[in-house]
Amino acid sequence: MIAELGHFALILALLVAIVQSTLPMIGAQRGARPMMDVAVPAALLQFGAVAVAFAALTHAYVTSDFSLKNVVENSHSLKPLLYKITGVWGNHEGSMLLWALILTLYGAAVAAFGRNLPPALKARVLSVHGMIGVGFLTFILFTSNPFLRVLPVPPDGQGLNPILQDPGLAFHPPFLYLGYVGFSMAFSFAVAALIEGRVDPAWARWVRPWTLVAWCALTLGICLGSWWAYYELGWGGWWAWDPVENASFMPWLSGTALLHSAIVVEKRDTLKGWTIFLALVTFSLSLLGTFLVRSGVLSSVHAFAVDPARGAFILGLLVIAIGGSLVLFALRAPHLRSTGTFAPISRESALVLNNLLLATAALTVFLGTLYPLFLDVIGGDKVSVGTPYYNATFVPLMVPLVLVMAAGPLMTWKRADLQGVLMRLRLAFGVALAVAVIMIIVTKGHEAVAPLGLGLAAWLLVGALTDVAQRIRLFQAPWQVVRNRVVHTTRAAWGMSTAHAGLAVTIAGITIASGWQQEAIQTLHPGDSVTLAGDLYRFERVEPRPGPNYAAEQATVTISHDGDPIATVHPARLTYPLQRMTTTDVAIHTDGLSDRYVVLGDPQPDGGWIFRIYYNPLVPWVWFGALIMVLGGVLSLSDRRLRIGAPVKRLKRAEAELAA
Amino acid sequence: MPPENKTPLGRRLLFLLPVLAFVALAITFALGLGHDPTVLKSAMIDKPAPAFDLGPVMTDKPGLTRADLGGKPMLVNFFASWCAPCRVEHGTLNGIAASGIPLVGIAYKDKLENAQHFLGDLGDPYQKVGLDLDGRTAIDFGVYGVPETYIVDKEGRIRFRYAGSLTDDVMKTEILPRLAALEHP
Repeated sequence: MIAELGHFALILALLVAIVQSTLPMIGAQRGARPMMDVAVPAALLQFGAVAVAFAALTHAYVTSDFSLKNVVENSHSLKPLLYKITGVWGNHEGSMLLWALILTLYGAAVAAFGRNLPPALKARVLSVHGMIGVGFLTFILFTSNPFLRVLPVPPDGQGLNPILQDPGLAFHPPFLYLGYVGFSMAFSFAVAALIEGRVDPAWARWVRPWTLVAWCALTLGICLGSWWAYYELGWGGWWAWDPVENASFMPWLSGTALLHSAIVVEKRDTLKGWTIFLALVTFSLSLLGTFLVRSGVLSSVHAFAVDPARGAFILGLLVIAIGGSLVLFALRAPHLRSTGTFAPISRESALVLNNLLLATAALTVFLGTLYPLFLDVIGGDKVSVGTPYYNATFVPLMVPLVLVMAAGPLMTWKRADLQGVLMRLRLAFGVALAVAVIMIIVTKGHEAVAPLGLGLAAWLLVGALTDVAQRIRLFQAPWQVVRNRVVHTTRAAWGMSTAHAGLAVTIAGITIASGWQQEAIQTLHPGDSVTLAGDLYRFERVEPRPGPNYAAEQATVTISHDGDPIATVHPARLTYPLQRMTTTDVAIHTDGLSDRYVVLGDPQPDGGWIFRIYYNPLVPWVWFGALIMVLGGVLSLSDRRLRIGAPVKRLKRAEAELAA
Repeated sequence: MPPENKTPLGRRLLFLLPVLAFVALAITFALGLGHDPTVLKSAMIDKPAPAFDLGPVMTDKPGLTRADLGGKPMLVNFFASWCAPCRVEHGTLNGIAASGIPLVGIAYKDKLENAQHFLGDLGDPYQKVGLDLDGRTAIDFGVYGVPETYIVDKEGRIRFRYAGSLTDDVMKTEILPRLAALEHP
C-alpha cells in the first residue's frame, strides 16, 4: 500500500514537473504574471511528491518489504538497519530516485528562497529546472521504477553488494549527487539568461550561491569517495583515475572555473558568454557522469547497474539537454555584450588564465576517460588510460595554475602592478624556495616531484596567508586598525583565502603520499613480524569473529617503533556466504601525519597469511585539505551580499524589465 | 537584444563549435552503447582447441590431454589457487559438477601442492584436471587471465569463451543455452 503511494507520488511529481516546465515559461514570454507564479508552488509540490516517493521506498527497505523487486534484489532481512537505509540508494533505481529528490530539493530551495529574483527570471529558471525534472522522472518511471512488485513474494532478499556495505556509502553518493545535481541550478539560470538574452552582474550574483553550494557538496562528495575507496577497497591508494572518479572530477574542475568566472561577471560585467558556457558545460559533465556510470559505456568497478536500454534513454536526455542548450548558446550568446575592459596584467586576466587552465585540465581528463571508448568505437584495440597519462598531462597544467593562484588575489581589478604583486609575494617565494631546497637535500637530488610539489604548496599557502595579512594590515598598522580590518573583511575574502590554503594542504598531501608510499607484501605466521618504514609489525594471532550476515577472520597485529608500542590493529577478511564474496576490512592507524595501513590477505596452506602493509605518509592531508576547501566555500557562501541579495540591482533590473 | 547583423559571422561560428563537438560525442556514445566493454574478442572462436598434454593435479585423477576434449560439448575452466575470483566462482563450479555437465579444469601457473590444497579445501568439481605450470596451454587457448571458461563442442572446437567469474546467473544466461544448442543442434 505504502509502495503504491510512493509510486503515485512519483507519477504526480512528473505531472507537476510537466506543468512547471511549460506554464511559467509561456507566462514569462507573454508577461502574464499569474502563469509565471505557478512556478513556485509547482516546484515545492514536485519536491514534496518526490520526497513522499523516496520515503515510501525507504519504508519498504526498513520493513524488508520483499514484495518489491528492488528490495528483493538489494536488501536482506538480516542486514543491519543502517545498511537497509543506505541500500535505498545503493542500487540503480534508488540512486536515480535520490538524484530526482536532490534535483527537486534545489528547485524548491530556489522557489522558497529566491524571493528577490525578478519574477520573469525566476519563472524561466524554475521552468527550465522543471524540464530537467520531466526528463529524469520519465527515466525513472519508464526504465528504472523502484516500485515494481514481484509475485510470488520471495521469503528473503538477495542482499546488498558487500563492498557497498559500509558507512562510507551512507554519505558518499548523497553528497556527490548534491554536487552533481546542484549544478543543474547554474544550468537553469544560464538557459534562462540565454532565453532572456541578458546577463548582468545581478544575474551572476544570483547564480553564484547555488554554484557554491553545489561546489562545496561535490568537493565533500569526491573527498568522501576517495576516502571510502582508500579504506574499503584495500589497495592502499586514494585515487585511481577510474572513469567514474573522473566523471565526478570533470564537473568539479569546470565548476571551479565557473565559480571564478562568475566573480568576473559580477564585479566587472565581462566574460559573460564564457561564464554561461561554463554553467552549461558543468552540468553537462554531471549528466555525462550519470550516463557513463549508468549505461555501462565504460566498464568500471562502480558500474553496478549496466543496462544498454537505460543508457539509450539517458543518451536521449543528454542530446536534448546538452544539445538543446548548446544550440541555444550558439544562437544567443554571440550577442551578449560586455562592458568591462581590462589590461593583460589584472585580476581579470589572472582569472581568465585560471579558467583556461582549469578548462584545459577538465578537457584532459575528459579525453583520458573517453579515449578508450573512441578507440573501441572506431574498431581499434581495447586500451585503458592510466595514471602515467594523467601524470604527464594533468600535473603540468596544475603547476602554472598554482603559481597564478597565489598572485591572483593580490592583483587589483582592471590593471594590476605586477612588480608590486611580486614584491609582496617575496616571502612566499622565499619560503617555497627554502622548502624546495630542503626537499632536494632530503631526497639527495634523486627526485624532482617532492621539491616541486611541496615548493608549490608552500608558495600557495604563504601566498594565501600574505593576502590575509595585507588585507587586515597585520604588522603594518596598530592592532585596533587590524581588529577593525578583521571585522570588515568580507566572508567571501576569508573563504577564498581558506579555500586556497586548503588546496595547498591537499597538494602537500598528494605529493608526499604518492611519492613516498612504502609497501610490504609478505606471508606471515602467527608470531612473525615484518619491518616497514622503521616500524615493526608483529602478527600475533588470527581468530574468527561472527557477524550478522558474514563470517570474519580477524587478525591482531601490533605495531611498534624501536620497542615503543604504537598501536594494536585488527585487519579482517569478511566472507559473505550469500553472495559468495570475500571483502577485506582494512586496519588503519593514523596519527594525522601518516597512516599505517594493514590488509589481511589470503590464508596459505602452510598456516601462514598473506599481509599487505603500507606506510602512507601525509595521506590524511589529502582529505584534510579538501575539508578546508569546503570550509572556505561555506564561509564564502555566508557572505553578506549573497545572503541578502542585491536590492539595488534588483530595482534597476525591475525598471529595465518594465522598460523592455 | 542587439540586432543580429551586428554580430560578425566568425564570432557566431565560434559559438557553434561546442554544438559540433557535442554532436560528434553523441554519435560516439550511440555507437558505444552497443558495445559491451566486458566482451573480449577471442581469436580462437570456432577453431579447434590447441594440442596439449598436461600432467595431473590430483593423485586420484588423471591429467588432461587434447584427446579428452570432444565427443560431447563440455566446459574447460582455467583457474589458479592464487586467484581470488576463482575462489568466488568455485561454488558455481561445484554446482555445475553436481548437475552432471562435463567440466574439466586447467590449473594455470599454479604450484602443484597449492592447487591440490585449493581443490581439497573447496571441493573438486572437475572430471579431469591438468597442471599448466608454465602457462603454455593457456597462451594457446588465448587466455587473458584466470578465471576463464571455454565451451568446446563435440568436434573439439572452441565455441565460446567467458572471461571472469562464473555465477549462477551467467550460467543461466550465457553458458547453459549455448550448451543446450550444441547438444541438440
